[in-house]
Amino acid sequence: MPHSYPALSAEQKKELSDIALRIVAPGKGILAADESVGSMAKRLSQIGVENTEENRRLYRQVLFSADDRVKKCIGGVIFFHETLYQKDDNGVPFVRTIQDKGIVVGIKVDKGVVPLAGTDGETTTQGLDGLSERCAQYKKDGADFAKWRCVLKISERTPSALAILENANVLARYASICQQNGIVPIVEPEILPDGDHDLKRCQYVTEKVLAAVYKALSDHHVYLEGTLLKPNMVTPGHACPIKYTPEEIAMATVTALRRTVPPAVPGVTFLSGGQSEEEASLNLNAINRCPLPRPWALTFSYGRALQASALNAWRGQRDNAGAATEEFIKRAEVNGLAAQGQYEGTGEDGGAAAQSLYIANHAY
Amino acid sequence: MAHRFPALTAEQKKELSDIAKRIVANGKGILAADESVGTMGNRLQRIKVENTEENRRQFREILFTVDNSINQSIGGVILFHETLYQKDSQGKLFRNILKEKGIVVGIKLDQGGAPLAGTNKETSIQGLDGLSERCAQYKKEGVDFGKWRAVLRIADQCPSSLAIQENANALARYASICQQNGLVPIVEPEVIPDGDHDLEHCQYVTEKVLAAVYKALNDHHVYLEGTLLKPNMVTAGHACTKKYTPEQVAMATVTALHRTVPAAVPGICFLSGGMSEEDATLNLNAINLCPLPKPWKLSFSYGRALQASALDAWNGKAANKKATQEAFMKRAVANSQAAKGQYVHTGSSGAASTQSLFTACYTY
Repeated sequence: MPHSYPALSAEQKKELSDIALRIVAPGKGILAADESVGSMAKRLSQIGVENTEENRRLYRQVLFSADDRVKKCIGGVIFFHETLYQKDDNGVPFVRTIQDKGIVVGIKVDKGVVPLAGTDGETTTQGLDGLSERCAQYKKDGADFAKWRCVLKISERTPSALAILENANVLARYASICQQNGIVPIVEPEILPDGDHDLKRCQYVTEKVLAAVYKALSDHHVYLEGTLLKPNMVTPGHACPIKYTPEEIAMATVTALRRTVPPAVPGVTFLSGGQSEEEASLNLNAINRCPLPRPWALTFSYGRALQASALNAWRGQRDNAGAATEEFIKRAEVNGLAAQGQYEGTGEDGGAAAQSLYIANHAY
Repeated sequence: MAHRFPALTAEQKKELSDIAKRIVANGKGILAADESVGTMGNRLQRIKVENTEENRRQFREILFTVDNSINQSIGGVILFHETLYQKDSQGKLFRNILKEKGIVVGIKLDQGGAPLAGTNKETSIQGLDGLSERCAQYKKEGVDFGKWRAVLRIADQCPSSLAIQENANALARYASICQQNGLVPIVEPEVIPDGDHDLEHCQYVTEKVLAAVYKALNDHHVYLEGTLLKPNMVTAGHACTKKYTPEQVAMATVTALHRTVPAAVPGICFLSGGMSEEDATLNLNAINLCPLPKPWKLSFSYGRALQASALDAWNGKAANKKATQEAFMKRAVANSQAAKGQYVHTGSSGAASTQSLFTACYTY
């Protein structure tokens, strides 16, 4: 400990910090379009579409062909590996289309969860092997940020100390390796909404998890100004009988963050975790109107909550592509407003927007 | 970890949070008048005054009976045990005099250092035994906050992980016990300025120490909104040949804090650690003008840097009371302005103001 061996040069730090700030610039958030092949299978089967590479390409094309309206509300897009190398119908790589809109390209780099023996069904996340080389290649291929998802769950005896420690540590190793390769790591310690616990319990657990994450990041010499955090909002479990307002969720969420996330972190990009599109927007809006001082940007990194309506409108038909893209743009704009506390809410959302997108024990 | 057992009720939390906010409201700071008998001996010896209980009482009386307007600059005073029970020449308790001025009364709670075997002369701090009972008694006597100073030093192999871990843990235990008894704990992990290390090295060490402190506070379920932090500013070691400006000190200090101190902490009151009165004020001012986000109040908890001129003016003679009070008031006002980034350096300070107050390996 006594001597410091700088992990990053001043130039490397500046590059990372600039990328992070661009992603979470005021009014902007992230489209999480990094569903694995397995996750896409579930999405496509819900609309009766076969899970082929071509269908996945066509679907992402629907999203990425959104016009310039998305420039002001989307700061980054997270890709899955396959998608990073796909092209649109005109042979233009998706990466280029996104970059040309001034949006930062990101890549999912974890390789899914694996069990932690001796625990009550808890997991850690794999993907560290050869990660540095993969990051270097992704950087060359146009990615400037990455994402790694860890999963924790609340039950009688979980999350255990081991699960918290191990997941925090693996997140910190991943973050350190990313930064060495000029890639901003999005750190995602998701606490699942499965269970019947109340809001307070989720807040308590979230505080413990985030404290461990930031201690691990400090131990691993990670440059916080060049990272982003992708946490769950603090919410009750899905089976909890008590209902809470967006304001209560906002207060619990911002309180937990204020107690654990250093101000040096430029942005917190919430996951939607199965909330309906409208819920995810209303909660984000309430968070940005919360009266507690908030030194980081508070925005979105939504998958399902940005895409549900679009997916439903598309249903695998080329003819529906335009309408589907419009649905996506609509949610993107709404969340851009919510990220500034300026969303008034519609109350007249389409069927998909209000429908809960909860899938038990969700793994991407 | 799975279960939580709330350490404090909502009422207890509110009381603690209110006390903490009062101490650092509107540019106010703390007078650290808690020098132990031995330390007062050092002070008095410099002005050739005998270290008797009466002399100690007289000096403190002069400070505490200053004009009421002191309460615009001083939000809290830390007392040593003996002083809590001393009275002015009319028989009025010092602690009541202070409370009537609207100043919050605090008490030094630690009981000095004990060596950590197997380290390079590092220490931990004693005082946990019977601490709860002592806190309860002090609270009955009108005390509302406590202070505990842990000491870390920069040298070969120092601070070691053991020293960091052990001191962070003791601070967290102390903080937890204070809060159980309605006292706001001031958490003081001082990295002393002894040595020839540069500014960057002090910043690195300070970040590691503070990360460990906040992890420990979280582990011990300490309510951050009801605490204050008393850290060192980030400075070069005293024997470092390189000189730094207040702006450099400010940037290094605020950077370290914003990477480690959660926004929930209401105030950070720097120790002066041997800086001259004027340097302590100039640095605090620069800190408050630093362009980084600063979600906590940035104020002072000064001992020597508030009292040096006053001690010189007093010289042990009652006839010098007015001059002593003026000298003290002047520094108090200057530091309160600095806590708002409004201090204008006059350059007319007396010899005592600029004289370095560094004493090697300082213990109170």
